[in-house]
Amino acid sequence: MAAEGHSPLAQFEIVELVPIRIGGLDFSFTNSSLWMAVAVVMATLFLVASARPAALVPGRWQSLAEMSYEFVANLVRENVGAEGRKYFPFIFSLFMFILFCNTLGMLPYAFTPTSHIVVTLALALIVFIGVTVIGVAKNGLGFLRLFCPAGVPVFVMPLLIPIEIISYFVRPVSLSVRLFLNMMVGHTMLKVFAGFVVLLGFLGGWAPLAFIVVFIGFEVFVALLQAYIFTVLTCLYLHDALHPAH
Amino acid sequence: MGRFFLASLLPTAALAGAAKAAEGESAGLPQLDPSSYPAQLAWLAISFIVLYFLMARVALPRVAKVLEAREQHIAGDIETAERLKAEADAILAAYTKAIADARGAALAALKTASAEQAAETARRDHAFVAKLAERTAEAERKIGAAKNAALADIRGVAALSAGAIARKLAGLEVGNDRMAAAVAGILSTDRR
Repeated sequence: MAAEGHSPLAQFEIVELVPIRIGGLDFSFTNSSLWMAVAVVMATLFLVASARPAALVPGRWQSLAEMSYEFVANLVRENVGAEGRKYFPFIFSLFMFILFCNTLGMLPYAFTPTSHIVVTLALALIVFIGVTVIGVAKNGLGFLRLFCPAGVPVFVMPLLIPIEIISYFVRPVSLSVRLFLNMMVGHTMLKVFAGFVVLLGFLGGWAPLAFIVVFIGFEVFVALLQAYIFTVLTCLYLHDALHPAH
Repeated sequence: MGRFFLASLLPTAALAGAAKAAEGESAGLPQLDPSSYPAQLAWLAISFIVLYFLMARVALPRVAKVLEAREQHIAGDIETAERLKAEADAILAAYTKAIADARGAALAALKTASAEQAAETARRDHAFVAKLAERTAEAERKIGAAKNAALADIRGVAALSAGAIARKLAGLEVGNDRMAAAVAGILSTDRR
């Protein structure tokens, strides 16, 4: 196992911190759980502590908290519409959770919960199932109009409807795989190039080190972007559910 | 959700597997180990639910309150500014009106004063003319009286002179009364 410590994939290993077994299943508190909890605490602290001054003219931290609030609020307003207000706390929590999991994962020795497909798939399925349930509850059978876009010639329908149905059910997969792969590949790349630094030593190691410096900046950008993409797509799916007729 | 299904979703799984194989390890991706799934899912559910309630109940209302307070403050400020502007406009209008009124009043006062002045002048003029006429009349009356008096004296003087002339030239002694009558007779014939 000592060799695994140097593997680029070792950073994704789940390490048990507090073993918990319930009914034969393993519900241990792991490094993944720890960093999820850290993300929850940091996200809450970020908003609550930053908004505490409640100043008329906000300081830097208060501006950041207000910006994140208005950013997601605008996202919901523009992509879902006025009916989206109800779902704003959920979408905001989703955004914050992914954002903080992604960015905290950039810290050295940190674990990135969103680099695990089971986590991203679970989030995507919550969105997918939730959106479907909302769509059916709001529109009943009218929700099926989602699969047959208006203004399409009848003879295209037999081809189009299966495509629409498939693309609908692929949504949770694409949503989760996109986030998971972006997180995993970026972190793996960093680790691989970090290995090159050690391998090439003092003389040749500078080139991969410079690459890592640039790439970390890019990875932070990806961490923000993926949280944004996940949130935007959730908003668009929610819009589809509320307005199935295009 | 089986392990094979997941593996088929992951194009990089093969790549990562190859990387592992190159290092001579048999273990696959940690992400594909199903024994870790219950713990991850359970803690994901716990942390996400906790986060949701913290956001929905604590954090978001606070931020929303700050934003709303600011919006209200700005709206209030704008309202105050508009109210003050309206007040300033009203004051300006009142000022302009007061100026115009004052100018009108001044013109009216000027007109009244000049009319009064003209009336006073006319009155004094009249009084002066009247007084002048009165004095003229008085003077004429006095002149007339003096003239009459002078004329009356002239008869006496003429009678005396005629008596004296008659005494010196003819040695006649004519009484004063006869002389006066004679003078009067002559004067009255002269006047005709």
